[in-house]
Amino acid sequence: MANKPDTTAQKSTVRRDRGRRHPLATVALILVGLVGTGGAYALFTTSATAETSAQAQAQIDEGAKLFAANCATCHGLNLQGTTQAPSLIGVGAASVDFQVGTGRMPLAATGPQAEQKPVQFTDEQVKALAAYVASTGPGPAIPTADQLEGKNTAEGAELFRINCAMCHNVAGAGGALTGGKFAPPLAGVSATHIYEAMITGPQNMPVFNDANISPEDKANIISYLKYLDETPSVGGYGLGNLGPVSEGLFIWIFGLGAIVGITIWLTAKSN
Amino acid sequence: MANDHEGTNPRAGTTVEKFRDDNLPGPGTGIVQTDAVENPGFEPFRARVSDLDPAKARANERRVSAFFIVSIIGSVFAIAAYIAFPIVDGDPGTIHLNNLLLGLGIALALLAIGFGAVHWSKSLMDGHDLVEQRHGTRGTEATRAKAVEVFELGNKESGFGRRTLIRRTLIGALVVSPLPAVVLFRDLAPAENPVPLLQQTMWAKGVRLTRDPSGTPIKASDVTIGSAFHVIPEGLNESEHKLEEKAKAAVLLMRLKPQDLHVSAGRETWNYDGIIAYSKICTHVGCPVALYEQQTHHLLCPCHQSQFDITHEAKVIFGPAKRPLPQLPITVDSEGYLVASSDFTEPVGPSFWERKL
Repeated sequence: MANKPDTTAQKSTVRRDRGRRHPLATVALILVGLVGTGGAYALFTTSATAETSAQAQAQIDEGAKLFAANCATCHGLNLQGTTQAPSLIGVGAASVDFQVGTGRMPLAATGPQAEQKPVQFTDEQVKALAAYVASTGPGPAIPTADQLEGKNTAEGAELFRINCAMCHNVAGAGGALTGGKFAPPLAGVSATHIYEAMITGPQNMPVFNDANISPEDKANIISYLKYLDETPSVGGYGLGNLGPVSEGLFIWIFGLGAIVGITIWLTAKSN
Repeated sequence: MANDHEGTNPRAGTTVEKFRDDNLPGPGTGIVQTDAVENPGFEPFRARVSDLDPAKARANERRVSAFFIVSIIGSVFAIAAYIAFPIVDGDPGTIHLNNLLLGLGIALALLAIGFGAVHWSKSLMDGHDLVEQRHGTRGTEATRAKAVEVFELGNKESGFGRRTLIRRTLIGALVVSPLPAVVLFRDLAPAENPVPLLQQTMWAKGVRLTRDPSGTPIKASDVTIGSAFHVIPEGLNESEHKLEEKAKAAVLLMRLKPQDLHVSAGRETWNYDGIIAYSKICTHVGCPVALYEQQTHHLLCPCHQSQFDITHEAKVIFGPAKRPLPQLPITVDSEGYLVASSDFTEPVGPSFWERKL
């Protein structure tokens, strides 16, 4: 396609001779117009889409190879799922980008939940896998950068407290769930991954679709989490912001320990 | 006690008291009936190194004053830190640093005074044990007679015993004076019978389920499988007692695959195509239960780890809660919005005296 600009050029606008100039001028004008429009059209549109679609196809093929090599054992060669793992048809690129991009997949071992670990693939490979899985069925796409720009941090904070804080802790420090599962801490998680988690509901997290929390509100929640990340604590040391567990443990061990020590010293006789 | 034993006890620390068989019952019953704790008296005085060696005493003196000097340093440090690391408007990090250094300085100043004083008393002050006798509370006869005399004089001068009108009205005034408090404090109790309030919520037939906090209604098609919506009744944001109503009416809306639900007889129409709504108020002590796991379908209460199985109508599967979470019967209206079919069929939240089990 890219090598045949004239075929495309023929489809473009046909100029009419208005009979006001020299016939040669008209011919020249038509020629210039045809070549110019056709060339530009070929240059900017056809070749570009052709290249992108070719690239996209190459990316999907690359993803298919990666999937067959790394994921198909559990998820099945056709993404249909096995007794070991769920079907991936229709989970969308966002789900893959989250699970693989945070290192949760490929799973190292079965357990209460997939743990975060060092990412096993390069960014290109993650995107290729995502593109391949997305090509097999419609699903949530990876959010673009402009979807992650929240405008109303205060509203994001309120939505976070209502929808997220019960599991992830009001300071985003995470918390325990049942049977060894836990809601992970949210500090330092990339905005893209937070968005993807909300829209896909990884593992035991419920799905917060766009009808529940609109894309703008999702961005607001992200901007609240980024605010938490960037704003230093005004209080003392947060002890992980885990609340009564870590604070209680600290005061029982160190606070009571100090009191016991001082009491022994007070009542011991001097040498 | 110490006095009672004087003379019979050996001097403290000299020897173990000789075993006497006064307390023994007749031979053959081998139980010794003595359980009184003998006063062990004082341990013998043991001279400390600072009592024996003047050099050690001076060393301890220096140590005590070192504590006090540390305290001075702490105070000065606190002042210096307060000035050197001021709280800058709009930079919360400076509050942290300022408070931290100020606290460390003041803690050092106060603790060092305390440690110095204790070390002083332990190592340098007189080390002999002593007993301070407690005095009886009864005063001497002279004091008591004097007191009676003062009372009688007061009675005579004021005429308290004689002027009965004054006495009786004064007693009357004293009796009546607490009554305003009784009326005031009585009003702290619920103004109306709380039982109906505990038994009903804002939910009623046709009330739409709306999102918390925006109050926008939810369509059944919005709730995809695996979703969890935090729900308030329509009109809550405009209601007079918003928080009180929300505390009772808060609901968690979830959608499961319909075949995953185990619906008991009588509740067949309570869910809509796998969309179910349960009260968010724990039946244990009323914490909001909203830790929903979309794969195991368990709801966890963060306060005391009660777990509810949503597939079995919020049956309690772990923890201190006694009853399942009340289910809100829901359906859809003609526009496709989710609405309640009725109020909860049982009171939400923890037990109360008048609750019918």
